[in-house]
Amino acid sequence: MNNHKEPLFHIVKREEMIWYRAWGIRLIAIVAALIVCAILTTVLTGDNPIQVYATIIKGAFGSKRKAWITFQDLSVLLIIAVALTPAFRMRFWNIGGEGQVLIGGLSAAACMICLGDRLPNWLIIVCMVCSSLIAGAIWGFIPAFFKAKWNTNETLATLMLNYIATQLVAFYTIVWEVPKGSGKIGIINQNSNIGWLPDLFGNKYILTIVVALIVTIGMTIYLRYTKHGYELIVVGESENTAHYVGIKVEKVVIRTMMMSGAICALAGLLLVGSINHTVTTTIAGGQGFTAVMVSWLAKFDPLAMIGTSLLIVFLERGAGEISTTFHLNHSFSDILTGIILFFIIGCEFFIQYRIAFHKKEGRRG
Amino acid sequence: MLELILALFPRAVVQGIPLLFGSTGETLTEKAGNLNLGIPGVMYVGAISGVIGSFFYEQSVGDGQLNGFLAIAIPMACSLLGSFLMGLLYSFLTVTLRANQNVTGLAMTTFGIGFGNFFGGSLILIAGADVPSIALSRTSAFFSKSLPFADRCGVLGKLFLSYGFLAYLAIFVGFATSRILRHTRVGLHIRSVGESPATADAAGINVMRYKYFCTCIGCMIAGLGGLYYVMDYACGVWSNDAFGDRGWLAIALVIFTIWRPSVGVFASILFGGLYILYLYIPSGMDHMEYKELYKMIPYVVTLIVLVITSMRNKRENQPPASLGLSYFREDR
Repeated sequence: MNNHKEPLFHIVKREEMIWYRAWGIRLIAIVAALIVCAILTTVLTGDNPIQVYATIIKGAFGSKRKAWITFQDLSVLLIIAVALTPAFRMRFWNIGGEGQVLIGGLSAAACMICLGDRLPNWLIIVCMVCSSLIAGAIWGFIPAFFKAKWNTNETLATLMLNYIATQLVAFYTIVWEVPKGSGKIGIINQNSNIGWLPDLFGNKYILTIVVALIVTIGMTIYLRYTKHGYELIVVGESENTAHYVGIKVEKVVIRTMMMSGAICALAGLLLVGSINHTVTTTIAGGQGFTAVMVSWLAKFDPLAMIGTSLLIVFLERGAGEISTTFHLNHSFSDILTGIILFFIIGCEFFIQYRIAFHKKEGRRG
Repeated sequence: MLELILALFPRAVVQGIPLLFGSTGETLTEKAGNLNLGIPGVMYVGAISGVIGSFFYEQSVGDGQLNGFLAIAIPMACSLLGSFLMGLLYSFLTVTLRANQNVTGLAMTTFGIGFGNFFGGSLILIAGADVPSIALSRTSAFFSKSLPFADRCGVLGKLFLSYGFLAYLAIFVGFATSRILRHTRVGLHIRSVGESPATADAAGINVMRYKYFCTCIGCMIAGLGGLYYVMDYACGVWSNDAFGDRGWLAIALVIFTIWRPSVGVFASILFGGLYILYLYIPSGMDHMEYKELYKMIPYVVTLIVLVITSMRNKRENQPPASLGLSYFREDR
């Protein structure tokens, strides 16, 4: 290789970028993505782009009911994203949110159905909360235990557990189906409302929103100001360092994942107990995966996740409206979400790295 | 019992072939150190691109006779192109821009499944059919054409010769990939990139080029799995979400075979069998629920294999050491 051609540029890692410049770059990426989406929508629908965005906003906030649903969806997604965060901070790739949500929802539904008329309503609700938290914790414990003991790949293990949970739900759906042979459970306790979580302030959406806020703020405090939060960040940065300072890595991994799973299950509890009053295999609706992206986009900062999950939910609901208005397929929202994600994922490069161009005179012959 | 196997085996094979394509592609990608969780999306894109190609070809021909070569070549080329572009996107984001592989992969899956269902839905609108699906039975006839003498060979013919050409291609690609990875210089380079990119770089191997190459080729192979599913297995009928979770099952298969495509050829048939085993369990109408538990078996088995391989901790059975990590030369 005698060819001493010097490359036109090379890539250098940046120092920490000031936060407002970093967010500026992300904003540019989002705007660019929105422009691409607008062009795409215009091509497909023949409508002008401004009209398209008006439709998106109308879809998300067009009426009081739509706005409440947007905030409710946002809250569920936010809870799952916040739940996954401590694991990610520990560099534990928990993509099993889907399964943890499902298993939480399933155990809540189990309490609603099986304890039906035997206990007072408040006791059933307590049972639902406890059982779904425990179920979620178990679903988090399984991959964490194997990871801690034998370093089993957690991404693949949690992925498998998603489908195991899905099939468990499918199994119980048929066991509990009403009426027999219909293949679905239907609304549980429709007449007695047993096990339905109470409405706050006479509004059925507020409970989910309040829980999401509490979880988010609680997690922020946990990660920033407690010993546990500090320990899991040390484990994520360097396992060896953690060993030297006397942190029991295995304990931290298992503890964090159990918490992560339990909070995911909380989202499942809300989906079953407060929002849908039934359980199906699609109740999590891919949000366990979307939450991974929400959490990552927010740089694993729970407070910033409010913004990123708003962005995603806003787009999904808006694109849903576009598809109804223009008679497009509902999957259109997935395409738009995908494009926006690609742009944001790509822009992180420009935040972390800098392209250094080589000057002509700098070359030595 | 023999009759059961005779009935089950061919159906297990046709179930297994999409998984085999997917897992061979993913194995190649993972051997170069990229964990592509976008495979389910890529398989959707591969399938729908093929469907779009053959749909417009059938439309342009009208009622005339389809040219056999074009009827196969057009969907194949479209499918390969579609999944190649997805691979290119993934490698641009993860290799050049060094984005997180898990997040990129999941975004690709969201995008790919949306892409498939959206264009599938639009084609259904264009076709103006009464049922929510597109039937490309004329193209499909070319894809599922088996060897002419297969019928005359009795049992053996039914077991081994009754499949469309893509099935044999899948098996060939599986063995070929295995051989390339284990016994050629290129394979050695690919594996070294996956195990330790810094070492490979120091040895003068172009890490970026290998990662791009493996991801794109891997995606193209996986995309063929989608094409096989629509054109052969489903007899040319596209309906939205019909492909289901086979993409994730393909990723499970990669772990199950501990990163060996040649094992994958047999394991995919096993997985295909497990996937449809519930159809053959005599449970009566009273216990439909147990069928759902049988569907869980492939995932449970994969999880157990994953745990056991990590417990035994044999070096040759481990995932590539730098799997999921992006490589930056100046990070050392």
